[in-house]
Amino acid sequence: MSDPMSRAPLPAREAVAAPSAAAVEVRNFSFHYGATQALFDLTFTLGRRQVTAVIGPSGCGKSTFLRSINRMNDLIAGARHTGEILVEGSSVYGPGVDVVSLRRRVGMVFQKPNPFPKSIFENVAWGPRINGLVTRRDMPDLVERCLRQAALWDEVKDRLDQSALGLSGGQQQRLCIARALGNSPELLLMDEPCSALDPIATQKVEELIFELKRDYSIVVVTHNMQQAARISDVTGFFDRGVLVELDVTERIFTNPAHERTEAYITGRFG
Amino acid sequence: MRRVRSRIMVGLCLVALVCAVVPLLLILGTLLAKGASSISFDFFTKAPATLGEPGGGVLHGLLGTLVMVGLACLACLPIGVGAGIYCSEYPASRLATATRFIADVMNGTPSIVVGVFAYAWLVARTGQFSALAGSAALGMLMIPMVMRTTEEMIKLVPNALREAALALGYPRWRTSLTVVVRSCLPGIVTGALLAVARIAGETAPLLFTALGNQFVTTDVTQPMAALPLVVYKYATGPYEEWHRLGWATALVLILVVLVLSVAARLATRSRFGTRG
Repeated sequence: MSDPMSRAPLPAREAVAAPSAAAVEVRNFSFHYGATQALFDLTFTLGRRQVTAVIGPSGCGKSTFLRSINRMNDLIAGARHTGEILVEGSSVYGPGVDVVSLRRRVGMVFQKPNPFPKSIFENVAWGPRINGLVTRRDMPDLVERCLRQAALWDEVKDRLDQSALGLSGGQQQRLCIARALGNSPELLLMDEPCSALDPIATQKVEELIFELKRDYSIVVVTHNMQQAARISDVTGFFDRGVLVELDVTERIFTNPAHERTEAYITGRFG
Repeated sequence: MRRVRSRIMVGLCLVALVCAVVPLLLILGTLLAKGASSISFDFFTKAPATLGEPGGGVLHGLLGTLVMVGLACLACLPIGVGAGIYCSEYPASRLATATRFIADVMNGTPSIVVGVFAYAWLVARTGQFSALAGSAALGMLMIPMVMRTTEEMIKLVPNALREAALALGYPRWRTSLTVVVRSCLPGIVTGALLAVARIAGETAPLLFTALGNQFVTTDVTQPMAALPLVVYKYATGPYEEWHRLGWATALVLILVVLVLSVAARLATRSRFGTRG
């Protein structure tokens, strides 16, 4: 793969995400857990087919933000929001939005690998099957394509019918990515996808993320700043529920506009 | 010193283990010693003989237990499992809290009370002892047990699994049924089996509902025999021959429960199960 650090010259600040190419558009979005406000009036856009890293100290709201995009926070009692989020131009919270079909359009990968206790094949096939995306005859092709995209095919092609729980942690996480790809999502959310993995598995998943951005828009939450620097095009820095800064990754890490960002990336807090 | 303490603790655990196992082995041993000699093929396939005549079996009790426990399972397993799923999926709702409380109270209710209740509601009103009334009493005992074990088993399913399914665009009900319940199915089946084993051995609720019957019957609107009732009758009777039959019937009861559990275990053994 190509070196992430050898990029074209930086675009101008305004060009980080032109509204016409917005994968995610956030408008005045605030979020509360009961009496506690977790996100404060967020407004920004994230571009298509790029990796956006969300960094910030623990409890800053980065996971809350990520889980607001596919409404996984709906399950929490007492959670409420104001404002709006749009994915590929269509509303996430608007009236009449079907949360189930929303989640089919927005894939998610979790912190700990969480494959179903089923075969490797079934893990990838279940999403598309339940969503009626493919016929039974086309399923093997789809599963192969997803596993190839997740750089897992060569390791598992001879044991597709074996339990997914027999895979290593890194393989399980790539299987979870393949499973998310099965629905052909418009957007891929990853919540600290490497924090439970060893360095070698982490490297593989990072390379995979870099490959996937050719076809997918990706938002990655991470508390590993080196990782954000390695894999992302754009980085957003959250602090205490506020988006402090959102900019091209290289600029965030070399010449941040805000003091608070600089303090965080140089390790003075967080 | 630490090692000595560790040894002592392990020793105490071993003692407890022996204390737990010994009575069990004694029961099984006694049953085998006193009952095994009376058991033959005929014992399973024949109705009881007239007093004084040799031979005869407990087919009436065997059939009665299978029919009544079967009916109770048919009607009450879905109710118990369904209520358990509801309580674990909506744990904070008022309905769930109230149901859980009632189930706990019912779990602690002596089974004879349930028998009296079934008598008052079903037998006294229809003026007829019947296997149906017996089934109803057994089912009432079963629901809270099944409900609570189902709920506990579902609670053990990691939340990550639920989130994985929801994030893939599974509707909530489908997530509950196909992912959450499926992954803890062996546990739910084990819980249901414990409930079946318990009600199969219940005597008190049947005393004034199914009443018992000397003859082989499958008519559920009539009084029906059951293995525990047969054991009760034989054991409290005055004849040596009856005592012998009582031991043998008790052994059959244990065997029925054993066969049921082994069969269900085999049937639900999951290829990819994480536990069970």
